[in-house]
Amino acid sequence: MKTYQLPEVRIERDKDRCINCGVCVRQCAFNAHKFDEDGEVYSEDEKCVACQRCVSLCPTNALYIKDNAPFVKDNANWTAETQKYIWKQAETGGVLLTGMGNPKPYPIYWDHLVLNASQVTNPSIDPLREPMELRTYLGSKPDHIEIEMVNGEPVLRTKIAPQIMLKTPILFSAMSYGAISYNACEALGRAATELGTFWNTGEGGLHRNLYKYAPNTIVQVASGRFGVHSEYLDAAAAIEIKIGQGAKPGIGGHLPGEKVGPAVSETRMIPVGSDALSPAPHHDIYSIEDLSQLIFSLKEATEYTKPISVKISAVHNVAAIASGIARAGADIIAIDGFRGGTGAAPTMIRDNVGIPIELAIAAVDARLREEGIRNRASIIAAGGFRNSGDVIKAIALGADAVYLGTAALVAMGCHVCQKCYTGKCNWGIATQNPYLEKRLNPDIAAERLYNLVRGWSHEISEMLGGMGINAIESLRGNRLHLRAVGLSREEMDVLGVQVAGSPMA
Amino acid sequence: MSYVIIGNSVAAIGAIEAIRKVDKEINITVISDEPYLVYSRPLISEFLAGQVKEEMMGYREPGFYEKNGVTTKLGKRVVAIDSAKKSVKLDNGEEVAYGKLLIATGGTPFIPPMKGLGKERIYTFIKMDDAKQIDALVPEMDHVVIIGAGLIGLKAAESLHHRGVEVTVVELANRVMAAVLDVDAGGIVQSALEKAGINIVTENTVDEILGGKAANGVRLKDGREIRCDAVIVAIGVVPNAVFAKESGVEVNRGIVTDNHMRTNLPDVYAAGDVTEGPDYLNGGNRVIPIWPNAYIQGKIAGLNMAGVEREFTGGLAMNSIELFGVPVITAGLSNIDSDDLEVLTKIENGNYRKIVLRGSTIVGAVFVGKIDRAGIITGLIRDQIDISSMRDRLLADDFGYIDFPVELRKERLGAVAK
Amino acid sequence: MKRVYAKEEVCIGCRLCEVWCRTEHSRSKNIIKAHKSEFPPPVSRVLVEELMPVSFALQCRHCDEPECVESCITGALTKDESGRVVYNEEKCVGCWTCVLVCPYGAPQRDLERKKIAKCDLCPDRDTPACVEMCPNQALVYEER
Repeated sequence: MKTYQLPEVRIERDKDRCINCGVCVRQCAFNAHKFDEDGEVYSEDEKCVACQRCVSLCPTNALYIKDNAPFVKDNANWTAETQKYIWKQAETGGVLLTGMGNPKPYPIYWDHLVLNASQVTNPSIDPLREPMELRTYLGSKPDHIEIEMVNGEPVLRTKIAPQIMLKTPILFSAMSYGAISYNACEALGRAATELGTFWNTGEGGLHRNLYKYAPNTIVQVASGRFGVHSEYLDAAAAIEIKIGQGAKPGIGGHLPGEKVGPAVSETRMIPVGSDALSPAPHHDIYSIEDLSQLIFSLKEATEYTKPISVKISAVHNVAAIASGIARAGADIIAIDGFRGGTGAAPTMIRDNVGIPIELAIAAVDARLREEGIRNRASIIAAGGFRNSGDVIKAIALGADAVYLGTAALVAMGCHVCQKCYTGKCNWGIATQNPYLEKRLNPDIAAERLYNLVRGWSHEISEMLGGMGINAIESLRGNRLHLRAVGLSREEMDVLGVQVAGSPMA
Repeated sequence: MSYVIIGNSVAAIGAIEAIRKVDKEINITVISDEPYLVYSRPLISEFLAGQVKEEMMGYREPGFYEKNGVTTKLGKRVVAIDSAKKSVKLDNGEEVAYGKLLIATGGTPFIPPMKGLGKERIYTFIKMDDAKQIDALVPEMDHVVIIGAGLIGLKAAESLHHRGVEVTVVELANRVMAAVLDVDAGGIVQSALEKAGINIVTENTVDEILGGKAANGVRLKDGREIRCDAVIVAIGVVPNAVFAKESGVEVNRGIVTDNHMRTNLPDVYAAGDVTEGPDYLNGGNRVIPIWPNAYIQGKIAGLNMAGVEREFTGGLAMNSIELFGVPVITAGLSNIDSDDLEVLTKIENGNYRKIVLRGSTIVGAVFVGKIDRAGIITGLIRDQIDISSMRDRLLADDFGYIDFPVELRKERLGAVAK
Repeated sequence: MKRVYAKEEVCIGCRLCEVWCRTEHSRSKNIIKAHKSEFPPPVSRVLVEELMPVSFALQCRHCDEPECVESCITGALTKDESGRVVYNEEKCVGCWTCVLVCPYGAPQRDLERKKIAKCDLCPDRDTPACVEMCPNQALVYEER
């Protein structure tokens, strides 16, 4: 069938600069660049996914990838994109598939929230001269504590639930081995260890060689139970039950058999080449009580030594669900907003299901406070955090810490081409192809991740100092430090913030 | 005590450089019947062709002897060794005492008996003076007959052709370079020579060199006569060991040495083309008159003379030559028929590749045309690596370390190379 | 002595080492001129070997006792005090004896010049071009 789809991009090659070295040819797994019979390089626009790998590696800057948005007759309804989707489905009869997070122009509330700073009446703090505490403990905090004086010294009598300590309130989100490459996992593990924070295995299990990073690893238990065994649970710093994911709330996952090579197979404990299907629900969880059973099974299995996290997608009833999770015994609630990424999701679900993380954080934090159980569980917010400004605002809205997924991938080299599901990631991240996988040098990727989080942490320190605050925990849920710009009354109510210009008290 | 080296070519240099690595002090004396500082003998063909000037033929920089504290006695021939007195006697009657002696006198052209020898304008072609004599006569020569289509004969042919002289090469075997090339490879080379305009007469030989005082033609075995202005005899070289044999050194075809390059006489060593040293692939001893072998034997001799025990692992016959743009590389048992050998070959667009296997190791190779990276195969021969896992790729043009078992590759490429 | 070593686990087969080697050894040292207008064209001293999915770059290993130096018929190849195998192009006559003996297949034939080309560890730079320009740190320049 002749395709009616139009190339999304145009590859421009400056022939005066191109030296025919063929780097672009060798680097494009989508075969957008080729040698002709005379050994001259040429390009095929329709194959290009705009991942920018060739542009980055071209030694003479001879390549430029341009948007090739076709001119469709001016129509706000039947845009080029809507037509493109229809052509594609008219040709295939299938579900539209995509990768990464929701790209639609929904409001980004971070860009409508502004931070406070000290002026005159309350001194700001210079983090280069004075102590600044970014350390955060995740885990259930007691309702009250008992202290006894022994020989004039205070001794804590309350038994504190297990905690994990983060040197900075930023973690790397769940991305499974299988969806991402071994080298990507290694880089995340190494960077988390060096940063004093945590990475998350996702539902893909933990490769044997990565157990050395276990003290900085959160392991996931998801509906497919891939790679879950007692050693896996014992090794981890914390365990996360995955209920949902922001990019595809309400549905399961599917790792195609092609990505299940010997190492993924061994790690996930499934046969080589078999599709790894994660059911939409956990088939043993149909209620908060069922969830509680799993939480306590995991606590029993690990002798109450590790915090248990429950990760859900941000959906309409997120506050009530979070309350149930806290009451079910979870130590941490991870909430993933609808801009959260994925290796593969149906486009319609990614783009239309779930709610923004900003509103979800505020709603959950407010609800748990109202119910007097905010201390019972820490909140990790996830889903499209782009910079340190987003992170600090999330903490002011009520999160304890933030998961970075997409930002971490971008730090490693991802250019958000959204073709993760093809397994042909030219950057060596979302692939199991041994030729592509080695493009991600874990030494380089770990350093880049480290640098990113270090930079953000510095910025957070500066902003905290500017507000006259010397510990990140003092900002948590402190919405007085946020003001809204350009939001409706209802949005401000959910966010629990005042309009910019309104006084502090 | 001092070291005396007879001969001043590559084996001598190998020995000097090795000795100086371990002993900067001891006296070294080099005696040579040639009046030149060390030069690159293989370059005499480029010299004759007019492609390399004499001053560019130095094998080492001019200050080499001073820098290495070497005394030279050039233009002097050693006529005898007195191993009891530990001295050598020169043709001018002078005696030079040695603590240790290295015989590195190289080879001398082999000239079979034939009628008409002894005339002027009959040359050999292994030394600078040979090249200079021929070079001086080039303007007067229209046609030269070369006896022998081996490496030396063919290089001489190419050089003279380059100078505009017509050349006829007469060869006893049925093809050129018959000692190292099989019929296929020899054929490729021969057609390149013929295409360039060299006359090649095979399965024939010169019965008589014609002429009066000077050679002016040859009569072949089949009775044919070829007129010419000079004859070059290039049948081969034999070890230059007569004086040594007369002095009590054990000589078979060449001076027999052990794997420390020691001769039967105490403190007397031998290296290079004069030597019949250990043969790597066949066992036993054999004369392998090639440049790299001479350097390595010289080096081993030098180290052992200087007191560093080092074994010569054995010589490997090999050669690289380019004739009229066709490069040819041979190594090891490149042209031997034997039941225990297996031969893999590929001919493609005038390129030839041949690998000779004995069991799961390579013992010989020939490359004609695409010779790039042939040394990897030479290395596999030298180290007798089991090639079972790479067998199917041995003939590939891009055969390389990528085909090695990963452990071997990492061992080779990941550490300081020996 | 520092040498160049390849890390095949992260070699991506892009061959940029060859591109930058040619550039470094060109007359202009300008990547575009070196590849588009210089004649004879510069020859890369580093060679990427590839057999999917494995690849790595290989160049002169600067051996402790180099076969090429011992075999070179003209003295064009020598070993200097620092340990480098130094190549004097003026003396090379293109006999290809080093091609015959080098167990690494490192000397490349420059057919236009009828001379060999081989890694000189970029004497004008602190770090050889191939190492510095490798986009994935698959080449390292270090003492082992």
